[in-house]
Amino acid sequence: MKPELLPWIILFLPLAAAGIIALFTQRNRPVSAVLSIGAVVAGFILSIIYIGWAGWQPAVEESSFTWLVIGDVRADFGLRFDALSLMMLLVVTGVASAIHIYSLGYMREDPGFSRFFACLSLFTFSMLGIVLSISFLQMFIFWELVGVSSYLLIGFWFEKASAADAGKKAFITNRLGDFGFLIGILLVWGIFGSLNFGVLEDKMLENPDALGPVAAVAGLLIFCGAMGKSAQFPLHVWLPDAMEGPTPVSALIHAATMVAAGVYMLCRVYFLLDDSALNVIAWIGGFTSLLSALIAVQQNDIKRILAYSTLSQLGMMVMGVGLHGPTQAMFHLTTHAFFKALMFLGAGSVIIALHHEQDIWNMGGLRKKMPVTFWTFMVGTLALAGVWPLSGFFSKDAILAQAATEQKWALFALGVTVAALTSFYMFRLVFVAFGGSGRSEAAGHAQESPGVVTWPLRLLAVFSIIGGFIYIENTYGRQFLKDEGVHAINVIDQLTFPFKHAPVPALLGLAAAAAGFFLAMKLYSGAAKDPLPEKLGSVARAMRNRFYWDEIYQATVIRMHDFISAVCDWIDRWLIAGLAVRGTHGTTEILGRALRLAQTGNLQTYAFLFALGVALVLYLALK
Amino acid sequence: MNIGLEHYLVVSAILFCLGLAGVLVRRNLLVIYMGLELMLNAANLSLVAFSRFTNNLDGQVFVFFVITVAAAEVSVGLALIVALYRKRQTAHVEDLTTMKL
Repeated sequence: MKPELLPWIILFLPLAAAGIIALFTQRNRPVSAVLSIGAVVAGFILSIIYIGWAGWQPAVEESSFTWLVIGDVRADFGLRFDALSLMMLLVVTGVASAIHIYSLGYMREDPGFSRFFACLSLFTFSMLGIVLSISFLQMFIFWELVGVSSYLLIGFWFEKASAADAGKKAFITNRLGDFGFLIGILLVWGIFGSLNFGVLEDKMLENPDALGPVAAVAGLLIFCGAMGKSAQFPLHVWLPDAMEGPTPVSALIHAATMVAAGVYMLCRVYFLLDDSALNVIAWIGGFTSLLSALIAVQQNDIKRILAYSTLSQLGMMVMGVGLHGPTQAMFHLTTHAFFKALMFLGAGSVIIALHHEQDIWNMGGLRKKMPVTFWTFMVGTLALAGVWPLSGFFSKDAILAQAATEQKWALFALGVTVAALTSFYMFRLVFVAFGGSGRSEAAGHAQESPGVVTWPLRLLAVFSIIGGFIYIENTYGRQFLKDEGVHAINVIDQLTFPFKHAPVPALLGLAAAAAGFFLAMKLYSGAAKDPLPEKLGSVARAMRNRFYWDEIYQATVIRMHDFISAVCDWIDRWLIAGLAVRGTHGTTEILGRALRLAQTGNLQTYAFLFALGVALVLYLALK
Repeated sequence: MNIGLEHYLVVSAILFCLGLAGVLVRRNLLVIYMGLELMLNAANLSLVAFSRFTNNLDGQVFVFFVITVAAAEVSVGLALIVALYRKRQTAHVEDLTTMKL
């Protein structure tokens, strides 16, 4: 079999699994699980084999076939192979494999077990589609598919009204972003005549000013898509609500992969974004980052804290792109996938051990009761806080160093502040949930989760530790800095590279992490309740209420939307159905009734009309 | 007074209109029939008048035909009226309408 076919198989295996499960094996739980897990694990193994055979910069750039031809318009469907897509292939299949296996344990008692695996496989297919797409059109198709999968999975427990609403909110907010995205795509198509990434990149290289006066607008419109998918301000409101879905879903979709699709897309079309667009992107990313970090400080639901943390890190990634650092952003995306998925899975382990308890103030003392979960979660926290030598340190430092290189000191300061806040709220979580002693019945009786849950945790923990120096950044560097090249330095040198190359950001980042840790320890170690609401009063309340953004949207956007829909309803009910349809009906009926009055059945009436007609004809003839 | 063609035609027209009025207004079937005959005879009068004043005998020959046809029509029509009367027991044209309002 030709090795070139491998990526096609990797892409379509999960779709086949989803189809078979949905159509045939819904009642057969073991078979469904085997199909789904098998498809994604096979995908991971085949990805490794393919990359082993083809290398990171394959000679074959694209494998495609013509899908539609309408006049001058050609739409191709195919797969693109370069360092960016191949690396993401590994990340997506790898993290997805771990989460599929974890779901075996987590969803064991759920009646919708098979449906869950079908949706997970559908999602895997769609995400792989985005990662391997060759053109904007194809990416947009898979972009929407990912949105659908997310909707299905967030609203998995659809009987719960809050879950169904959250699914709707996610999908609709995404669609708002996609509206801007689509207009941006159409702009690009109008200017270049093609949507293929390779063709666009070549044309931009030839003529960097090809986009002309609409460059900034096109860039920002395309960024709208990333705003929706990666939950940047102001479209960030759907992500915390998406925690209504099962925890493996939160880990896979809303931490590791789908939300990263926005950042991936920005890096994929980085050559289209000009400096003014990038500046706006950086500031939006930075602002989102700060806003969500502040909100996370006062959240009490373990999954919400992690959700806001994800929002904050996504903001950092987007800021990285905006600071002319796509390599650094993708590096952070990858390490974040490892440790955030790890922490969500760890949270899931805690949640099921405590019988679906999610409030951290009802936990406590889990350090001794669930050691594997605790230690892996600790690894994740240290990585997220940016402690050397874990992966998070290297990737976060890369972004901070980029900010320093670009001399954007405001964003640099913002990044350091966010790092401190991140460390603070994460250690708050750890001290309250795992430290101290059990604050509730369930916490007292907690037990470590079974192997099928803890082994994925261990695996992801390993990657969170080593992810900083296994040449991930190097591989991405080859994609974006082709000519300069990135030198492959050995592991020991990589460990000390940040300190030698850009010591200020590295040391400030570590200082911020330490500051957050000590402050959290002072306030929360052994605490029975949260001391911040008293100390900070209304600020704490604003943080806990997510700075009232949902309420603002409800009062403004939703009300305006309801008003527009009431107007449309009026038009539909009274003008279209009333005037046009029933009006025509009524008029015809009245006319008919009027004409019917002429049929009296009375002989003399008819004779009279007859005589009248003759008189009229005579008059006209003799005129 | 010199009686010219126009006098005959006016009389014929008046007779025709009277006949028509009778058909339209009267309610008894037989009276309606009489009005109808009056209209026919008004036509005959005008035909004869034209024949006399243009010295052309075609008009008078036509009148013969009209009288013959009128006679045949009367026999058939009266037979119909009698049959209708026997069925409906009324000669009022208003009661003969079967269309519902």
